[in-house]
Amino acid sequence: MTTTRGITTKVSSVLKKLALPIALSLAASNLAHAESVNTTGLAVTDDTVKVGILHSVTGTMAISETGSVQAEKLAIEQINAMGGVLGRKIEYIQEDGASDWPTFAEKSKKLLVNDKVAAVFGCWTSASRKAVLPVFEQYNGMLYYPTFYEGLEQSPNVIYTGQEATQQILAGIDWVVKNKGAKKFFLLGSDYIWPRTANKIARKHIEKLGLKVSGEEYYPLGHTQFNSVINKIKLKKPDVIYAIVVGGSNVAFYKQLKAAGIDMTKEKPLVLTISVTEDEILGIGGENIEGAYAAMKYFQSMENENNKAFVKAFKERWGDDIVIGDVTQAAYLGPWLWKAAVEKAGSFDIDKVRAASPGIELTTAPEGYVRIHENHHLWSKTRIGLAKKDGQYDLIYETDELMEPNPFPVGYK
Amino acid sequence: MFSDYTANELTAIFAMQGFAGLILFSVLVLMALGLAIIFGQMGVINMAHGEFMILGAYITYLTSNVFAEYLPGLFDGYFFVAMILAFITTFLLGMLVEWGLIRFLYKRPLDTLLATWGLSLILQQIYRSVFGAREVGVSLPDWMMGSYALTDIIEVPINGIFVMLLTVTIAIGVYWLMYRSGWGRQVRAVVQNRPMASAVGINTEKVDRVTFGLGCGIAGIAGSAFTMIGSTGPTSGQLYIVDTFLVVVFGGAQSLLGTIASAFTISQAQSTMEFFLSGSMAKVLTLLFVVGILMLRPQGLFAMKIRH
Repeated sequence: MTTTRGITTKVSSVLKKLALPIALSLAASNLAHAESVNTTGLAVTDDTVKVGILHSVTGTMAISETGSVQAEKLAIEQINAMGGVLGRKIEYIQEDGASDWPTFAEKSKKLLVNDKVAAVFGCWTSASRKAVLPVFEQYNGMLYYPTFYEGLEQSPNVIYTGQEATQQILAGIDWVVKNKGAKKFFLLGSDYIWPRTANKIARKHIEKLGLKVSGEEYYPLGHTQFNSVINKIKLKKPDVIYAIVVGGSNVAFYKQLKAAGIDMTKEKPLVLTISVTEDEILGIGGENIEGAYAAMKYFQSMENENNKAFVKAFKERWGDDIVIGDVTQAAYLGPWLWKAAVEKAGSFDIDKVRAASPGIELTTAPEGYVRIHENHHLWSKTRIGLAKKDGQYDLIYETDELMEPNPFPVGYK
Repeated sequence: MFSDYTANELTAIFAMQGFAGLILFSVLVLMALGLAIIFGQMGVINMAHGEFMILGAYITYLTSNVFAEYLPGLFDGYFFVAMILAFITTFLLGMLVEWGLIRFLYKRPLDTLLATWGLSLILQQIYRSVFGAREVGVSLPDWMMGSYALTDIIEVPINGIFVMLLTVTIAIGVYWLMYRSGWGRQVRAVVQNRPMASAVGINTEKVDRVTFGLGCGIAGIAGSAFTMIGSTGPTSGQLYIVDTFLVVVFGGAQSLLGTIASAFTISQAQSTMEFFLSGSMAKVLTLLFVVGILMLRPQGLFAMKIRH
């Protein structure tokens, strides 16, 4: 491996020495241009720029990550159709993280070191992001990460295009308290970092409002029997079941909740979730989750013009029966935010793109308007959707103001 | 702990928790019966058991789509047709796998672990290619989805009752097949002494093939039934495999009665503890309890004394 790399470097440096004078004499202005937008040796030519897409397309996470890959490719194709970035067509190199965190780290190193990509759009689970983080920081890459997640992180090498926990949680809880008169909450989640952190924030907020948490429960990932906890919920009689169950457990939980006679459309108790997007409903079945509320930033059914165009383009590209969830939309923002930052910086250099990123705004985002915060997360509105039988959400509320991302809420560091 | 509740509510707690335990018991038995036959009777460590279950679930999904499309009037009853089809499909696939793979490995039981694990990966990828990586939603007839209210507080899920009845039926069926039929006698003879059984004229190859098919077929029915309570996706089978082996090993690999006793113990322990502790802690304690018992009794709860 080392030998090969040594040889390649030698050859390329020899080529450079030969090529430089020739190129200078032939097209001096053009080359100067290419170098001025790329001083650190990224894979940028006079008419192309390479980026990476790094998601799992095999293994257990493939279910979730497929939508993100599709969204990122669509965005790249649209940008290219509009003339690319700084006049250069985007070429993507796709790598498969294979639902395996060390593989993610290895592939990100390959993208940054061998392919010298100018940006990477990828990762889905927090575990995969944590695995690639040291690589991105060591080799100074730029990652656009699409998933809503637990927060407690802020890297100069990552732009977080999904919501961090407080954005999703605070608005959702405030809404049920104000509009549904909720006083008693039952917190439930799968047993790993995101649901635990999210529930911690939720509990703190609920108690700050002077309301009650009547139970907090965690079940192992992949757990399929929820009868006991459903009985517990029935006895505690909460106003709200705050559910952050993920993966296959999700399907089991909602089916069993319905079978146990808890009719979510009656809202006694009502179910509020931050983990079920339209994608997950496909597996759960619309009839099993009808009447539940979700707090996130995007629903496919949103009526604005940006979203109509986005949904139409997405279906034309990837098929009519496809559904688009919150994370898919956030993934779609990645390439656009990167393009805007590069154009503002007038350069592909990572450091310049980073410096240009805060304050970058998109008025064309399907969710409406977003802006990059100093802390590399997005200002965005939080919305409440009501699950319908056909697997879509009805948008019933959105915050008046953009929610400020606050990845390090006081007391959780 | 109990002071928050009225006497009436306490009665309801125990009734509903008892019922939750029974449902879990039925689910575990249904999962484990097929494996108990294959692992217990034949000594084959079938790591692809979960994938056979999911094949049953996918067959149910296909059947429901066909009924919804062509026979909407009969949709209420499609589930029974789906279970039969699930059994037939997995039974045939099981026999095919036995013929193509397992029969070469009877003398190398540990290698079956590797071979069937490979098989499980192949099946997962086939499901992914055919049905897509996402989970599919199986629509159920309305009558299976509700609950039956015994009192104001006590409500019994109908799909739970359905799984219980199904488990009892299949358990009785398997018992009759293994211990009351001529074929069962042949199976037991082959298990206890293969050369001797062969010497007295039993076609051991055929017995092996049908036994393996039967185990897979029961897994298929279980998978079909679990579309009511769980997810159907390429890797959903993995959710069941650990619990399944746990039940069979804990019960004593070669005893069907042991499987049932073990499912009962684990389900009651688990559901009682889940009520008083958190879900993850209940799981930890259940596993510790099983490990503890297995350290004292490595052969499982019920062991059969046979000479090899």
